[in-house]
Amino acid sequence: MADVAIPRAKPQMIEANAWTQLKHNRNWLGFWFMVPAMAFLIFFLAYPLGLGIWLSFTDTRIGRVGQFVGTENYEWLWDDSIFWLSVFNTLLYTTVASAIKFAVGLYLALLLNENMPFKAMLRAMVLIPFIVPTVLSALAFWWIFDSQFSIISWSLKHLGLINQNINFLGDTTWARICVIFANIWRGVPFVAITLLAGLQTVSPSLYEAATLDGATRWQNFRFITYPLLTPIIAVVMTFSVLFTFTDFQLIWAMTRGGPVNATHLMATLSYQRAIIAGQLGEGAAISSAMIPFLLAAIMVSWFGLQRRKWQQGENND
Amino acid sequence: MSSVQIRDVRKSFGNFEVLHGVTVPIEDGQFVVLVGPSGCGKSTLLRMLAGLENITSGTISIGDRVVNNVQPKERDIAMVFQNYALYPHMTVADNMGFSLKLRNAGADEINKRVKRAAEILALGPLLDRYPRQLSGGQRQRVAMGRAIVRDPQVFLFDEPLSNLDAKLRVAMRTEIKELHQRLKTTTVYVTHDQIEAMTMADKIVVMHDGIVEQMGTPLELYDKPDNQFVAGFIGSPAMNFLKGHVRVNGVATFEGPNGVKLPLKTAPAASDGRPAVYGVRPEHFTIADDGAEAEIVVVEPTGSETQVFAKIGGEQVVAVFRERHQFNPGDKIRLKPEPSLVHLFDETTGKRLNA
Repeated sequence: MADVAIPRAKPQMIEANAWTQLKHNRNWLGFWFMVPAMAFLIFFLAYPLGLGIWLSFTDTRIGRVGQFVGTENYEWLWDDSIFWLSVFNTLLYTTVASAIKFAVGLYLALLLNENMPFKAMLRAMVLIPFIVPTVLSALAFWWIFDSQFSIISWSLKHLGLINQNINFLGDTTWARICVIFANIWRGVPFVAITLLAGLQTVSPSLYEAATLDGATRWQNFRFITYPLLTPIIAVVMTFSVLFTFTDFQLIWAMTRGGPVNATHLMATLSYQRAIIAGQLGEGAAISSAMIPFLLAAIMVSWFGLQRRKWQQGENND
Repeated sequence: MSSVQIRDVRKSFGNFEVLHGVTVPIEDGQFVVLVGPSGCGKSTLLRMLAGLENITSGTISIGDRVVNNVQPKERDIAMVFQNYALYPHMTVADNMGFSLKLRNAGADEINKRVKRAAEILALGPLLDRYPRQLSGGQRQRVAMGRAIVRDPQVFLFDEPLSNLDAKLRVAMRTEIKELHQRLKTTTVYVTHDQIEAMTMADKIVVMHDGIVEQMGTPLELYDKPDNQFVAGFIGSPAMNFLKGHVRVNGVATFEGPNGVKLPLKTAPAASDGRPAVYGVRPEHFTIADDGAEAEIVVVEPTGSETQVFAKIGGEQVVAVFRERHQFNPGDKIRLKPEPSLVHLFDETTGKRLNA
């Protein structure tokens, strides 16, 4: 049947509509649907990234087109103790803040998942730190941690616990603690609400079944909640780590990297060198130096996000 | 194994009482089905038995022990949930062995008991699969396996077959009954499906609006329903009800809608003119010359039997015949209820009137 029909129909179709056929070609059409997204990604992501990497191999300054200098910027950085301090700061900042954000976020999520009065209102309140603009909250923290007018110092003094103001942002250790605290304050809602969404996908009957099987509340968490939550934990923590690692606003608004570079992250150092000091090449090199770390974080999440065995398999429903 | 005593149990959610004093004795090894329309409180009662809901008043005992304040895990019961509640991140074997693992049983012990349960349920080849990779019937069996492994005093089933397709449901019904005959564990089974109740139960408890309407063996309930609700709930197609009056002048008869005369074997004492509801099961009609005139509306053959919808005195009834009659819509036939199998109910209370 088909053998007979095709030769007859074919010449007619080509003759009639070469253009229409092209329009109906799924790949051709698909390509055009992809163009806007592709253009966006190329102009706003790929191009700046490529430019940044290129700049890191030049001695460009603000107002002067640079020459290609090879890896000279990186060699400089290798011997730059401030750069290495910023790497250490960034790792410390990311590790401590992310770990605490995870712990507190999970705790809050578990708490908010319980039945309690004003549940909806409490859930909304948890989100507040997340919706306040970063710079505004950073300014608020700046005041809270001010060396003279800090409300914390004031309260502690009135309680008779200390005699002198604490130099929150002037002391290296205190400054680190303060910026990490501010970052945690801002990041916890994201973790908590996302994990809460994950918790709500766990069927209550699983807990009932486990309870009948003899599980205590801790065992319920350990054997049911936690394993079922791991895929979401992987996603949330990847994002959290990426955001924290590349944080700029909070630090810049609160400490500008001080005191004595104790809170300089790679992002703030890069900005300081490139924009403030005008050494675009060197700043770009610092930024580019973040790439391996970010790639590593993405790789970890890539493997963490691999669908677990129990999520795979034929759909039989 | 052990007996279960439910004594005058009440349950309120806030000010709203959903169970109004339910008493159900369950003997050791019995298969008891709680059946009733949705909202009758049967699932709540089962969950109270499991310890997932607390008991507002009354007592529940398992064996000799009152369990009102006993933690679910100490009650030595196992439950099969409607949605199976299999742990999605555990293999079939881990699902079944979970309760033993929580009790710190040794790996050998767990292995042995899981194997045994898998053998009983023919789950052997599936032990390493995840719930996602199983069909509905297989998941159902894993859920039962999880219960069997524990070797509990009492099995609880909460509408376990309602997520399965019709054919599988029938097969699993038989499988569960067979399992019970083999293990002889006391079982409480909740369903809204009276056929499941009839086919599986040693004893059926018909519940309605938070009370027990009637308890008994399936055939007791079928033959002698205590009230109109049970009469209408048990049996398929459902019993026909015709409103009218009892007449006793020499011979007891029932005067149905529009004066239709229907036979009665005996009338309740001093009941001449009493308003009542006449109940007759579809399978208890015969075609007879002295029957009531009926006009056929619809004929539905199923092969093994034929359901005939007809109007008696303007009221629609359904009759079931195993013989193959040549009926057409509009035909006039004479339907006669078998007098000894007729039920009579009080019009207002719905209580059974005839012996």
